[in-house]
Amino acid sequence: MITTIFERLKQGYRTQRFPPAQDTLPDRLQGLPAVEPDRCRTDCSQCIAACPTQAIGRNAAGRLSIDLGRCLFCGECEKACPSGAIRFSNGYRLATRKREDLLVSGNHGIRLAEALNRETLRLFGRSLKLRQVCAGGCNACEADTNVLNTLVFDLGRFGIQFVASPRHADGLLITGPVTENMREALLKTWEAVPAPRLVIAVGACAISGGPFIGHPEAHDGASNVIPVDLFVPGCPPHPWTILDGMLRLLARV
Amino acid sequence: MNTTLRNPEAIRLADIPLLDIATFRNRILTAVAEGGRVNALFCHEQEDQAHQLFALLAHPGQNTLEGIAARIGGEYPALTPECPQVHLFEREMAESGGVTPVGHPWLKPVRFPARAGGPPVGHMDFYRVDGDEVHEVAVGPVHAGIIEPGHFRFQCHGETVLHLEISLGYQHRGVERALIGGPDIRTLHYMETLAGDTTIGHTTAYCQLAEALGGIRVPLRAEALRAVALELERLANHTGDLGALAADIGFLPTSAYCGRIRGDFLNMSALLCGSRFSRGLVRPGGVAFDLEPVRRAELQKRLLAAQRDVTGAVTLLWSNPSVLARFEDTGRLSATQCRELGLVGPATRAAGVDQDVRADLPHGFYRFFQIPAAAMTSGDVFGRAYVRWLEIQRSIEFILNTLSALPGGDVTAHPKTLKLQPEALAVSLVEGWRGEICHVALTGPNGRFTRYKVFDASFHNWLGLALAMRAGQISDFPLCNKSFNLSYCGFDL
Repeated sequence: MITTIFERLKQGYRTQRFPPAQDTLPDRLQGLPAVEPDRCRTDCSQCIAACPTQAIGRNAAGRLSIDLGRCLFCGECEKACPSGAIRFSNGYRLATRKREDLLVSGNHGIRLAEALNRETLRLFGRSLKLRQVCAGGCNACEADTNVLNTLVFDLGRFGIQFVASPRHADGLLITGPVTENMREALLKTWEAVPAPRLVIAVGACAISGGPFIGHPEAHDGASNVIPVDLFVPGCPPHPWTILDGMLRLLARV
Repeated sequence: MNTTLRNPEAIRLADIPLLDIATFRNRILTAVAEGGRVNALFCHEQEDQAHQLFALLAHPGQNTLEGIAARIGGEYPALTPECPQVHLFEREMAESGGVTPVGHPWLKPVRFPARAGGPPVGHMDFYRVDGDEVHEVAVGPVHAGIIEPGHFRFQCHGETVLHLEISLGYQHRGVERALIGGPDIRTLHYMETLAGDTTIGHTTAYCQLAEALGGIRVPLRAEALRAVALELERLANHTGDLGALAADIGFLPTSAYCGRIRGDFLNMSALLCGSRFSRGLVRPGGVAFDLEPVRRAELQKRLLAAQRDVTGAVTLLWSNPSVLARFEDTGRLSATQCRELGLVGPATRAAGVDQDVRADLPHGFYRFFQIPAAAMTSGDVFGRAYVRWLEIQRSIEFILNTLSALPGGDVTAHPKTLKLQPEALAVSLVEGWRGEICHVALTGPNGRFTRYKVFDASFHNWLGLALAMRAGQISDFPLCNKSFNLSYCGFDL
C-alpha cells in the first residue's frame, strides 16, 4: 500500500491543458497543408500523380486543391512538387462540419467546425455520451480516440464520455471505411441510438475510404451509409485534433 | 534438392523444388515432427487452372527457411488431421484459394469475402454443446470498448467455459487482393494500415521484401533506425497492454500510469517521424527521416524518463498479491499446445517456447545486435504479462545502446524506382510486438506482384486465445483477451 502511494507521488500530475501549447506538438507532425497558388505551375501535375488517394486535383480555373478528407498526410505531394507550392504545417486544428469544407485551395486554412445549433447544444453541450464503432479501422484511429480517456487528455473534464451501449449514447464516433462486413452492424448500432443523434467520422477511412477508396469490400466512408455531423481528417488524426473537433461542436473552443 | 532462404531473400520461382503432393506433405510433416514450424502455406492459381501449393518451413536450430512447392488439381489430402498447426492455412485456401484440402475436420469460413454464393459474415456452423443447463453467450461484432469488431461465441455451463469459438472477417478490406499488380503508390499505405498498431512491423517486412526483390542494399544507419522504431512500437504496445491488464482487474494505479507512459512512447515515435504510429518512416531503401544529434539527445532523455516511470508503474503489479492472484493460473496454455498450434510471439514465449524472429532468423540490425528472447514457463496471464515486462526492459536497453553508437552515413539508398526481380518468390519476416509477421510475394514476368500473402501474428494466435479459455470462467475473458491483444484487421486483411 505504502509503495503504491509513493509511486503515485513519483508519477506526478500529468494532465495537459487544452488547447495544447504549440511546443507539445511534434515538430515533424504533418498537419494542415497550404497551397501557394503563385508558386504552382499550372502545366505540372507531379503532386497529383504522387498522391496515393487522389486527394489532389485542379478545379476548372486550374487552381490546385487538396481534399483533407482523402489525404493521408503522407507528404508525398510536398516532396513531388518542384516549386515548393505545397507545404504541410504542424497545425492540428482540422475538423469541419461539412465535407466540402475539407478542401484546401490556398494558404488561408479551412473553415473549422461550427458549434451545434442552440437546441442540440442545450441537450449535449454539458454532457455528450458517445458509442464508438470501428468499421474496418486499422486500430490507429481507435487507439488515438481511446487515448482521450487517459489522464493526459482527461476527456471527462469536458463532459464527454464513451459508453458501452448505443442506447445510452447521444451519438456515434465511427472509424474505418465501413467494410461491407460491418455495414449492417453499423446501421443497427446507429438505429439503436435515440434521436437526436450525432455522428462523428474520425480519420481518412471514415471520411472517404482512405487507402481503401474504391475497394468493393468497403463503402468509401461513413457518410455513404449514415449522415455525418463532424469530419475529423488524418491518418490517424492526432488526439488533439479529435478533441478539438468535439469541443468545437460543443461550442467549447 | 533443398532450397533454403535467408530472411529476407528473393529466389527465382524456377529454383523452388516442385514436388509431388505426397513428398510435399511428407516434407511438412517431417519438419513439424522434428520441432519445426510452418511459417507460410498458401496456394496460387496457375494460368491453366491448376494450383501450385507453396510452403515455407522453419527447422529448429537453423536460421534459414526451406521453401517447397507442389502442383495439384482442385484438391489434395489435408494436412490438418496430422498437423494441427496448418488448420487455418488450409481453411483460408479453401475459402479463397479455390482448392479443397480433403479430410480437413471443419472447413469453416475465415474472412467471409463478399462473393457470389458465399455466406454473409457471421453466418456459419458454430460448434455447439447441448445439455441441461448448458447455455450459449454471443458477443460482438460491436464490443463495449473502443476496439475492433469480431464475434465470440461461448458454450458455457454456469460460469465455466466449455468452448469458445471466434468468428472474424468484419474488418475485411480486401488488402491482399489490392496488392496484386503492385507495387504502386498505394502499396506502402496498405502496409502501414494492415494493422495500424504495427505500422513499423508490417512496413519493415514489406520493405525488406521489396529490397530483396529489387537488389537494394540498405545503409546500416537506416537498419539501426528501423530497429529503434520497431522497439519503440513494441514498448508502446506492451506498456499499453500491461496498463489494460491492470484495468481489467480493477488495479487502477498501474492502469492510469501505463496509459500515459504508452503515449510517451508513441510521442517518441512522433519525435522521429511526426506520427505517433510511425506513418511515413520506413520506406524502400531505408527510412525517410534522420535522427540528427539534437533529436537523438532528446530521444535519449525521454527514454530514460520513461524507463523510470514504466519501472515504477509496472513493478507495482508484481508486489501486489491481489494482482498476482488474478493473473496466475488464468488462461493457461502449455508449451505442447503452443507448439502444436504453431503459436508465436509473447504468448508462446510465456509458455516456455523459445522462439523469436529477432534471434532465430535475424534481419537488418538484429544480425549484429541481438536482444535475448524473453521466456517464462507458466503460460498463463501472468506469464504473458511478465514476458512483456521483460521485453520492455530489453527493448529500452537495446534502443539506448543503439542510440549511443548509431552508425554514421546516409539513411536511405535513394532507390530511383522499384524494379523487382521477375518470376521470383520473396519472403521477409519481422518480430512484431505481437509476434512473427511473415510476408511472402510472388512476382510475374513483368516484375509485378501476382500474389502477396500476409501472415500477421494474429493469424496464428486467435485459436490460442480460444483454447486458453477452456475450463476457465467466462468473466475471465476480458483479462485473457487482453493478455493476447490480437489484431482483427491484421487477421481479416
